[in-house]
Amino acid sequence: MAEVLVYVDHVDGAVRKPTLELLTLARRIGEPVAVALGNGAGDTAAALAEHGAVKVLTDEAAEYADYLVVPKVDALQAAVEAVSPAAVLVPSSAEGKEIAARLALRLGSGVITDAVDLEAGDEGPVATQSVFAASYTTKSRVSKGTPVITVKPNSAAVEAAPAAGAVEALSVTFSAQATGTKVTGRTPRESTGRPELTEAAIVVSGGRGVNGAENFAIIEALADSLGAAVGASRAAVDAGWYPHTNQVGQTGKSVSPQLYIASGISGAIQHRAGMQTSKTIVAINKDAEAPIFDLVDYGVVGDLFDVVPQLTEEIKTRKG
Amino acid sequence: MSLRIVVTVKYVPDATGDRHFADDLTVDRDDVDGLLSELDEYAVEQALQISENSDDDVEITVLTVGPEDAKDALRKALSMGADKAIHVEDDDLHGTDAIGTSLVLAKAVEKAGYDLVISGMASTDGTMGVVPALLAERLGVPQVTLLSEVSVEDGTVKGRRDGDTASEQLEASLPAVVSVTDQSGEARYPSFKGIMAAKKKPVESWDLSDLDIDEDEVGLGGAYTVVESAAERPARTAGTIVKDEGEGGKQLAEFLASQKFV
Ligand SMILES: Cc1cc2nc3c(=O)[nH]c(=O)nc-3n(C[C@H](O)[C@H](O)[C@H](O)COP(=O)(O)OP(=O)(O)OC[C@H]3O[C@@H](n4cnc5c(N)ncnc54)[C@H](O)[C@@H]3O)c2cc1C
Ligand SMILES: Nc1ncnc2c1ncn2[C@@H]1O[C@H](COP(=O)(O)O)[C@@H](O)[C@H]1O
Repeated sequence: MAEVLVYVDHVDGAVRKPTLELLTLARRIGEPVAVALGNGAGDTAAALAEHGAVKVLTDEAAEYADYLVVPKVDALQAAVEAVSPAAVLVPSSAEGKEIAARLALRLGSGVITDAVDLEAGDEGPVATQSVFAASYTTKSRVSKGTPVITVKPNSAAVEAAPAAGAVEALSVTFSAQATGTKVTGRTPRESTGRPELTEAAIVVSGGRGVNGAENFAIIEALADSLGAAVGASRAAVDAGWYPHTNQVGQTGKSVSPQLYIASGISGAIQHRAGMQTSKTIVAINKDAEAPIFDLVDYGVVGDLFDVVPQLTEEIKTRKG
Repeated sequence: MSLRIVVTVKYVPDATGDRHFADDLTVDRDDVDGLLSELDEYAVEQALQISENSDDDVEITVLTVGPEDAKDALRKALSMGADKAIHVEDDDLHGTDAIGTSLVLAKAVEKAGYDLVISGMASTDGTMGVVPALLAERLGVPQVTLLSEVSVEDGTVKGRRDGDTASEQLEASLPAVVSVTDQSGEARYPSFKGIMAAKKKPVESWDLSDLDIDEDEVGLGGAYTVVESAAERPARTAGTIVKDEGEGGKQLAEFLASQKFV
């Protein structure tokens, strides 16, 4: 069976969930071979093997952390040359997309970004994408070279599928460009203890209607009652009420949870672009005409300062 | 010293319009009004700020690859304060994908001459966010992308990139390709004076032969990907909407419980 390269997104050896989802999708096309780079790369093997990686190619060189993007492209290129895979799958983060595009260009291949599903096809993997703020669904494939495809978080279920996961050292020769952009400082993001926005099963978001940084406590309380991540509209972020890392939408994160709860958010097209593929959508807004209500499975026309705390209390009561 | 900045800007269909696909599964650009991508306004703004903060002689060229109407995007950028414009236009470009677009941009940037290329974080129609990285790969110069803060001094570009798990400080020497996010600072509105001045600024037009690009390398035929189908997403089935009369939160909890979320 053909091999499929899966680029591993990890933090010091802890594999992030979207990579495990990629392994599920990779198994539809062939045998997953994972590529893990940087500090802790070797520590990823157990989690990857448990989810279907037959092999884990690793390289822990310092270059991956010290320079931007290009060393990782060099490594993936080396892996492609070593394995001759049927496809290369990369998680659709901002960096993942840049790595994938540069790799595709070097391979003389096409690149597809932000796939939300992937299946095997007669002429290679077929990727489903959601475009124009999720108003269209397209199916595309790469027509030249080894398909390079980036896949969004929450595109597949994580499945256990134990495989060998044999660790092999990947030998990488860095290109002249590898050291072009130096990373001179790095401030890790502080963890809030809540789930990662793009990976969460439930996202609770607040917008301009929340009306103040201090009032976001109401949104956070609801999120915590559900074990959810917290999101914000750009209006709330621009007002300085919540960090930009939590922005949902075109220029923020794109989320696709099982449940999305929007409070005090009107539902502008750029916001919809980042949440419209959520499975179940719920909104609380005092304006019955707000466009967000066109999307909802359940909507409450009312003041969020009444509805949200009552909802939180009721959830807590029901959960006991 | 002089500093030549080329800002890549895209003319895109208005996101608030009814965007759809043409019969050949390319983006239909006829029915929806176009405009300078809002995300590229941030790139023009940063170029202007670099120029204003510099002792060097800075020249800002705005570059677009697109149809006849894309001139509107160039005019807007010129009226914000850019010095001159280049429009790459050719019938054979119809249907060009990101890989092809990066080829045309790379050739055009090289022909124009540059020390710094500044792009937007993503186009608002394609939203791939890969063209700046592709451009850097093709030009063989450092990629300093997705910056929410950028500065240029003594032939070095520095910036802050806010990633998923960390915020990084980046540094590279020129020439380089930079892209900036919408966190980099509000873009200015063109002044009346700017709008009047823009009318007299030079706009050059180049076609594929000016750039020594073969028509097979671009367009739908040269694309590296094929769209096999495009279907309008079925409208979400109308949901239940209730008015809060004191029990709205409880009713919502009941709904969430019925869906097994609680
Ligand atoms: C290029 C570009 C990119 C963009 N990217 C993004 C993006 O990534 N994410 C994003 O979100 N936006 C983005 N935007 C901005 C977007 O167009 C909207 O301006 C923004 O989403 C509005 O945020 P909002 O819904 O919170 O605010 P508003 O549109 O002002 O809506 C606030 C809502 O709250 C309701 N409300 C007020 N008080 C209460 C109350 N007490 N109880 C209940 N409801 C209440 C109001 O009825 C209203 O519907 C982008 C715009 C552009 C041009
Ligand atoms: N046709 C084009 N003409 C000029 N610049 C473009 C074009 N397409 C993309 N760009 C630039 O590349 C950036 C990222 O675009 P994309 O990768 O398509 O999301 C944009 O913000 C522009 O700066």
